[in-house]
Amino acid sequence: MSDSTVSATVHGEAHAQNPALLHHFATEEQQRDASNLGMWIFLATEVMFFGGLFCAYLIYRGWYFDDFAAASTSIDALLGGTNTAVLICSSLTVVLAIWAAQTSRRGMLLSMLVLTMIFGMAFLGIKGKEYKDKFDEHHVPGASFSFDHVAIPSHPDQYANPRHAEIFFALYFIMTGLHALHMIIGLGIFTWLLWMAWKRRFTPEYHTPLEIGGLYWHFVDIIWIYLFPLLYLIDRHQ
Amino acid sequence: MFDNFPFWPDRASAAAGNVDALFIFLLILSGLMTLLIFAAVVYFAARYRRRDGVPAEQIEGSIPLELTWTIIPFAVFMVIFVWGAVVYFKSRTPARDSAEVYVVAKQWMWKLQHAEGQREINELHVPVGRDVKLIMTSQDVIHSFFVPAFRMKQDVLPGRYTVAWFRATKPGTYHLFCTQYCGTQHSSMIGSIVVMEPAQYEAWMSGGSSGPLSASGEKVFSELGCVTCHRTDAQGRGPNLQGVFGKPVQLADGRTVTADENYLRECILDPGAKRVKGFQPIMPTFQGLVSEEQVNALVAYIKSIAQPAVGANPSTAAVVPQNENQAGSKVQ
Amino acid sequence: MSMATATAVKPVERENYLNKEYGVGSWLLTTDHKRIALLYLISITFFFFIGGFFALLIRLELLTPAGDLVQADTYNKLFTQHGQIMVFFFLIPSIPAVLGNFLVPMMVGAKDLAFPRINLLSWYLYIIGGAMMVHCMLTGGVDTGWTFYTPFSTAFSNTKVIEAGLAIFVAGFSSILTGLNFVVTIHRMRAPGMTWSRLPLFIWAHYATSIIQILGTPIIAITLVLVIAERALHLGIFDPKLGGDPLLFQHLFWFYSHPAVYIMILPSMGVVTEIIACFARKRIFGYSFVAFSSIAIAVFGFLVWAHHMFVAGISVYAALVFSILSYAVAVPSAVKVFNWTATLYKGSIRYDAPMLYAFGFIGLFTMGGLTGLFLAALGIDVHVHDTYFVIAHFHYIMVGGAVMGYLGGMHFWWPKISGKLYPEGWARLAALIVFIGFNLTFFPQFILGYLGMPRRYYQYPPEFQVLNVLSTAGATVLAVGYLLPMCYFLWSMRYGKPAPDNPWNAAGLEWQTQSPPTTFNFEKEPVVTWEAYNYEEIDARTGGEAPIVG
Repeated sequence: MSDSTVSATVHGEAHAQNPALLHHFATEEQQRDASNLGMWIFLATEVMFFGGLFCAYLIYRGWYFDDFAAASTSIDALLGGTNTAVLICSSLTVVLAIWAAQTSRRGMLLSMLVLTMIFGMAFLGIKGKEYKDKFDEHHVPGASFSFDHVAIPSHPDQYANPRHAEIFFALYFIMTGLHALHMIIGLGIFTWLLWMAWKRRFTPEYHTPLEIGGLYWHFVDIIWIYLFPLLYLIDRHQ
Repeated sequence: MFDNFPFWPDRASAAAGNVDALFIFLLILSGLMTLLIFAAVVYFAARYRRRDGVPAEQIEGSIPLELTWTIIPFAVFMVIFVWGAVVYFKSRTPARDSAEVYVVAKQWMWKLQHAEGQREINELHVPVGRDVKLIMTSQDVIHSFFVPAFRMKQDVLPGRYTVAWFRATKPGTYHLFCTQYCGTQHSSMIGSIVVMEPAQYEAWMSGGSSGPLSASGEKVFSELGCVTCHRTDAQGRGPNLQGVFGKPVQLADGRTVTADENYLRECILDPGAKRVKGFQPIMPTFQGLVSEEQVNALVAYIKSIAQPAVGANPSTAAVVPQNENQAGSKVQ
Repeated sequence: MSMATATAVKPVERENYLNKEYGVGSWLLTTDHKRIALLYLISITFFFFIGGFFALLIRLELLTPAGDLVQADTYNKLFTQHGQIMVFFFLIPSIPAVLGNFLVPMMVGAKDLAFPRINLLSWYLYIIGGAMMVHCMLTGGVDTGWTFYTPFSTAFSNTKVIEAGLAIFVAGFSSILTGLNFVVTIHRMRAPGMTWSRLPLFIWAHYATSIIQILGTPIIAITLVLVIAERALHLGIFDPKLGGDPLLFQHLFWFYSHPAVYIMILPSMGVVTEIIACFARKRIFGYSFVAFSSIAIAVFGFLVWAHHMFVAGISVYAALVFSILSYAVAVPSAVKVFNWTATLYKGSIRYDAPMLYAFGFIGLFTMGGLTGLFLAALGIDVHVHDTYFVIAHFHYIMVGGAVMGYLGGMHFWWPKISGKLYPEGWARLAALIVFIGFNLTFFPQFILGYLGMPRRYYQYPPEFQVLNVLSTAGATVLAVGYLLPMCYFLWSMRYGKPAPDNPWNAAGLEWQTQSPPTTFNFEKEPVVTWEAYNYEEIDARTGGEAPIVG
């Protein structure tokens, strides 16, 4: 780690320059580094948060592979694939928004933020459609759950065990639901960023909120990149 | 000794001595260690108490010393680890020809059944000097079977068998505790293990019994109609169960598992999970249709038909090639 | 050199963080880490006494073999909530959220933590979680044991499992955010010249603690979400009747809850290190070994969780791996004890109350650690698992270790926090009472455990009574030992002598500013040009004379 060799900074001056510099930081650089590191650490927490679910998922996928494969084929991979594409596009628009802020392109910054949010809402809309389908098919775990007489992909002569399929759907809803919750929070963050951008708070020198908001968005995106093959593409090759 | 104020638990099983020996070793070791640290702290605190004009002597640290007190404790720890592991392995490996007792735990009692058929509740009679293997499952939550005098403990889980064993060495009556918190009456879920001289035990055994557990298993087997598919010739729609127990079984998905108690149990309650290669998935699940006791009886029955005759050395049965082929060809 | 000369007569009522503003709003909306530390101090003290009260009721029930004082269900709720409150609402936040909050920015020479508003948010999360827990207790309570083992918690208990789970879930985020704040502060907010090798070991300990809080806590959070979902919606993730695996719960639970033990003990080790250096007037023997042993404990701590499951039905080979790793994590703890002891050698030692607590810590932590060796030995664990031996072991670590360190730290930094001196005689007496009461309470439990008395029993065979009576007697002594400091700390706030800026002539940066500190801690940003624990230099300047006489 770099040791700060900064000799006593003239704080008053730095603070006078930028109203965004909070009182307890010595320099803007220190503030930006702190915010970025804070977000990275928060993402480490998030990785562990989802990690527990991935761990549970992988164990039961190993135990009840055939049943999981049968349950997986019942969800719409096309919708899931579309959502993957939507999210990847949204990550691109996030990067472009940051670039626009760095290069003082206000119009582009605003439009990219709006576009990101549109992608985000499209994702949630498609997700909602998937959930509705599952609800109509009685694939939501609970009293009305039913998964009788569904063939296992690799053994078409055999039906999947509904109890094990229910575990798949439980994990499916918890994992994608938690992911969707993160998307909703992300939309909230981007609404705030949009407001800040509208108020001309971002400059090529100061756009830390965009960077850490972007980090968060990319993270949520990456979680989906893992969720999609794990949940949608089990044993689809046959 | 002190009946109402004991300092050491009864030592009534073959394993108890091993555990106690390691425990005493650790007591001495950690006693010495504690004494050393305490003596050093007290001595330094007194010897170097603050006195005017005597400043503290600044000492940087010492790599050799640090390495010494890193490596030596680690080496000692490894000795304890190996010793502990050996004791553990002994306590986890039951002998092959032990007497078997099926244990069903429920809130808040122990139901035990000997392979010979005797049922007991919260009490288990065993003879001195005989290996006893416990095949345990729970009807509801997790319990734990703990006999302090035997230094033996094993959690009892719902939905699967866990196994433990002991060899009692001293006649007497000993506590049986549930040590995994299991609800309101957790602390009443206690019983006793009655260790008897072999002759006494024989007498006790000859008292009322409905016949061996495997026999009741056979009855359940025919009542549930298992026999229509699991026939003893090669024509059955289900695998022939004769001689299956303890052998490897090829599964439909290509894996091979050993047909132990847990596998048999799973096949009864969840037949689709580990289907035997070459058979159609037509067996219905018996989950909810049979009690834990009936599952135990069925397992005991299937085990009993794996051996040519009671009393024969089971290991010879396992290595007869003809037997192996026969079983193998029918199962697959 | 920015060494304060502390003996000067204090001017009356200098402006400091306490008297800068008055009014409820100035406290509840503060972003000053020192005020937030005090908010935590008040709230954790509240929970400590609730948890302690439950403990006392438990001990009273166990005075006789029969279950006669309370109903079985009540008893089950008592030990459950004693555990949940002490672990999640007292021990985990205790040193980090009170002393850490107060001291981490000052020790690294910063004006505040990196994210002051997040720091306030984490206190509010703690309070919301705490209020939910209190609500849960008042409306019926929960009886699963603090471990929430499935399927009992998800399918069988008919108490308020979901409420308790949510309370702990919310409080967990408080812990995560505190850890996050510390790590960023330690990385990015150090004063000029405060290199990593100049950091006080208190900071190293908190750094290691924070890593565990950041990486471990989310696992318990998601596990509780699964328990709540399973209980509410009858999913089958942990319930074997529905195809789930109850052992998966135990793995996930202990993946957090074992490292959580180190969240509780590591900060205490940091406190003890500071105290020993100050009262022996010495640099810490083997600074870098003590620092890295903290990190090693944090890392190894994540690899030993299944040693709670040796008799739970895991494979013998898994048990072997976890046993050997458990010995690996014991080594850095041993290294610390040896280094503290070596620091005393040729020191210039005073026996003020903080030092008495530090001595107590070394003794009790040594015994707690050594009995951990018994539990890590597979063969012995089979016998003593889930008995009072385990109870005694972890109370030696958690109460003998963590709480002794916490009390020692409270005494050591009280002059800085409150600007007042506590009565030294009473403090020494309290330290002695705590040490005696503690041993009387928990030593008999080692014997009880080896005799085979299971934990969580509200009635027991009569042959265990004598030892239980001893234990209960000890608990009452211990209670007096804990009440005393609260009384004289409160007393000193009003009647105590004003504290000089550096009453112990200690070396840390936090002592180089006034007592109590100003809102931004330092008059001007300190520039660090010295190692931690430069007592030789301080004593050379002041002639080795502490400004106050205890």
